[in-house]
Amino acid sequence: MATAQTLEPRRSARRSEHAGPLAFASLPLAFLLLLFLVPVARLMLLSVEGGTLAHYERALTDGLYVRVLLGTLEIGLYVSLICLVLGYPVAHFLATASRREATVGFVFLLLPFWTSLLVRTYAWMVLLGRNGVVNRFLLETGVVREPLPLLYNTTGVLIGMVHVLLPFMVFPIYSIMRRVDRGLLLAAEGLGATPWKIFLRIYLPLTLPGVLAGMTLVFILSIGFYITPALLGGGRVLMIAVLIEKQVREFLDWGFASALSVVLLAAALLIYAAFRRLLRSDLQWS
Amino acid sequence: MLTNSPPASAAGADAHLALSGIVRRFGDVTAVAGIDLAVQRGELVTILGPSGSGKTTLLKIIAGFELPDAGVVRLQGEDITFATPAKRGIGMVFQNYALFPHLTVERNVAFPLEMRSVPRAQIRERVTAVLHLVGLGDLAARLPRELSGGQQQRVALARSVVFDPGLLLLDEPFGALDRKLREQMQLEVKRLQRRLGLTALFVTHDQEEALVLSDRIAVMSEGRIEQLGTPEEIYAHPVNWFVADFVGESNLFRGRLAADDAGRPFALIASGTRVNVPVSSFAMGSEVGVLVRPERPRLIGDGQHADNVVRGRIVEVIYVGESVKYRLRVGAASDLLVRWPFRERGGTLKAGDDVTVGWNVSDMHLVAVP
Repeated sequence: MATAQTLEPRRSARRSEHAGPLAFASLPLAFLLLLFLVPVARLMLLSVEGGTLAHYERALTDGLYVRVLLGTLEIGLYVSLICLVLGYPVAHFLATASRREATVGFVFLLLPFWTSLLVRTYAWMVLLGRNGVVNRFLLETGVVREPLPLLYNTTGVLIGMVHVLLPFMVFPIYSIMRRVDRGLLLAAEGLGATPWKIFLRIYLPLTLPGVLAGMTLVFILSIGFYITPALLGGGRVLMIAVLIEKQVREFLDWGFASALSVVLLAAALLIYAAFRRLLRSDLQWS
Repeated sequence: MLTNSPPASAAGADAHLALSGIVRRFGDVTAVAGIDLAVQRGELVTILGPSGSGKTTLLKIIAGFELPDAGVVRLQGEDITFATPAKRGIGMVFQNYALFPHLTVERNVAFPLEMRSVPRAQIRERVTAVLHLVGLGDLAARLPRELSGGQQQRVALARSVVFDPGLLLLDEPFGALDRKLREQMQLEVKRLQRRLGLTALFVTHDQEEALVLSDRIAVMSEGRIEQLGTPEEIYAHPVNWFVADFVGESNLFRGRLAADDAGRPFALIASGTRVNVPVSSFAMGSEVGVLVRPERPRLIGDGQHADNVVRGRIVEVIYVGESVKYRLRVGAASDLLVRWPFRERGGTLKAGDDVTVGWNVSDMHLVAVP
C-alpha cells in the first residue's frame, strides 16, 4: 500500500512529461488534421459514394487503368534505378570531398530547387525537342543523322523526372556515407581486400540503408508525378496522376478520380511497407 | 640518436622487420625524422612515446597506409616500402578495433581468409580454431555490437592473426578498456603472440603497458627513437632526461658534476645541495641529470649509513593500495618523491612528520640534460 502511494504521484508526473511536447505540437497537429486529413478523408469517401465499390471495380479491372497503373509503377522503378546509378557516385563524392568541394557540389545539387518546377520542365522542352539544343548539337557534330526522339515520349519523361528527383536520392545516401567509419575501409585493405572487394563487401552493405531510403523516397514521389509527365510526355505517356486530373477536369467524375487516388495511395503504402521490411530484416546492425 | 641497436644495414639482413632511415614530413612538420629499427623474429617490440611523437605515423608507414618520404621498410628481407597494404600480409589491431558492424564475429574473422581465396572448409576450420584460442568459441554468430569491449578486442585480435600474418601491428588497442580488463588483455595478447610465434610491433603512450608487454621498447620523441632496449634497461638506465622522465616515476635533478679530494664524484644541484653520484663517463664540470627512482631511498635510523642522507618533512601522502607515496620537502624548494610498500610503512607516517631518508650511489643513475 505504501509503495502504491509513493508510486502514484510519480506516475502522474510521468504523464505530465508528455503533456509539454503534445501542447507544443498541438497547433501544427490541428492544422494538419483540419486542412489535410479531413479533406483527404472526404475525398476518399467520394469513391464509395452511394455505398458501391463500382469505381474500384472499374479502376482495377478496366484494361486501360490497370495498364496505366502498372506503367506508372514501371516508370517509378526506372526513375529510382537511374537516380540510384547517378546519385550513388555523387553522394560518395560529396561524402569524401573537402569542405570547399562539398559546398560547391551541394550548391549544384540544390540549384534546381531554387527554380520553379514549371520553368525547369519547359527548359527541358527547349533542350530535348526535335529542333532542340541537344539534337542540333548531335546533328551538327555528326553523331546522329536523324534527330533523336527525346521529347513527348518515355525518354523525355524519365530525363525530366530524374532531374527533379536526383537530390532525394543523393541526400539519404550521403548522410549514411558520412557515418561510415573510414577506418573500416582501411582495415579491410590491410586484411587483404582489393578496392572492388572493399566496395562490394564493406562499403555497399554499410551504405545500403541509405540506398533503400533513397529508393523509397524517389519511387513514392515519382508515382505521383503530374507536371513533368504531362508536359514532357506530350499526352503520350500516361501516368496515373495525369488520368486522375483528366477525370476531374474533363469528365467531372470525382468519384472515380477519388478511387484512382486511393489505389495510388495504397500502392505507395504497400511499397513503403515492403522497403521497411527489407530495411529491418537485412540491416539490423545499423 | 642514441640507441642500443646495431646499425640497420647490418641488422637488416637477418632481422624480421627492418626499418632504415624512415622519414615522413607533413608540410613543415617532420613527424618521423629518420628511424632505424630492427625487430627479430618472434619478438614483441613496443614503440612508446607521447602523442605527437610520430609513433602512429611510423606504424602507418609499416602497415602501408602512409608512404615515407625517405627510407626503406623490409619485411622478411623483402622491400615493401611501396607495396599496397593488401599485399603486405600484415595483421593489424586498430585503436577502435574496426570490426565490420554488418558481419558476424565468424564472418569478421573469416574476412582476411576469404580475401585470400582460402577454400571454404579450411576457412571454417581455421576460424573455429582461432576463436577458441581467444575464448570466443560460443559467440561466433553474434554481431560486433552485441559484444563487450573486451570481446570486441578479442575478435579484432583473432581477425588479425587468423591468416598467419608476417607481422602483427597493434595500435593502442587497450585504450578503451577499463584498467582491470586492460591488464588481463595485455597478458592475453602476450600469451597469444608467444604461442603463435608472432613478430609484433605495439604502439602505446602508456609506459606501464610498455614495461609489462615488451621484449624491447623503443622510446620515441619528436620523430626519433631516443632509446631502444629491454624494459629493465629503459627503466634502470635511461640514456637521457626525456626517457628518464617519461618512463616511470622519477626524481630528476639538474646538477654540475665535480669530485671531492678522494676523487669521488658528486653533483652540485641548483639548491646548493651536494649529492654523491656514481662514477660515470660524464666529464667533470659538465651538467647532468641526477635520477633517483622513488622506491630507492629508505628510512635512515640512528647509526645507519648511506651515501646520501637528507632530512625532509612529509608534505603529501598518496595512498595507492599496495604502496604509499610520500612527497618530502627537502630544503626550501626541492621535493623528493619516495614510494614504499604499504606493509613496511603503512599508516605510521603522516603529513608533517620529519623523516631522514638515504640512498647509495648504486641506487642512482646519471643522464644527459637537454
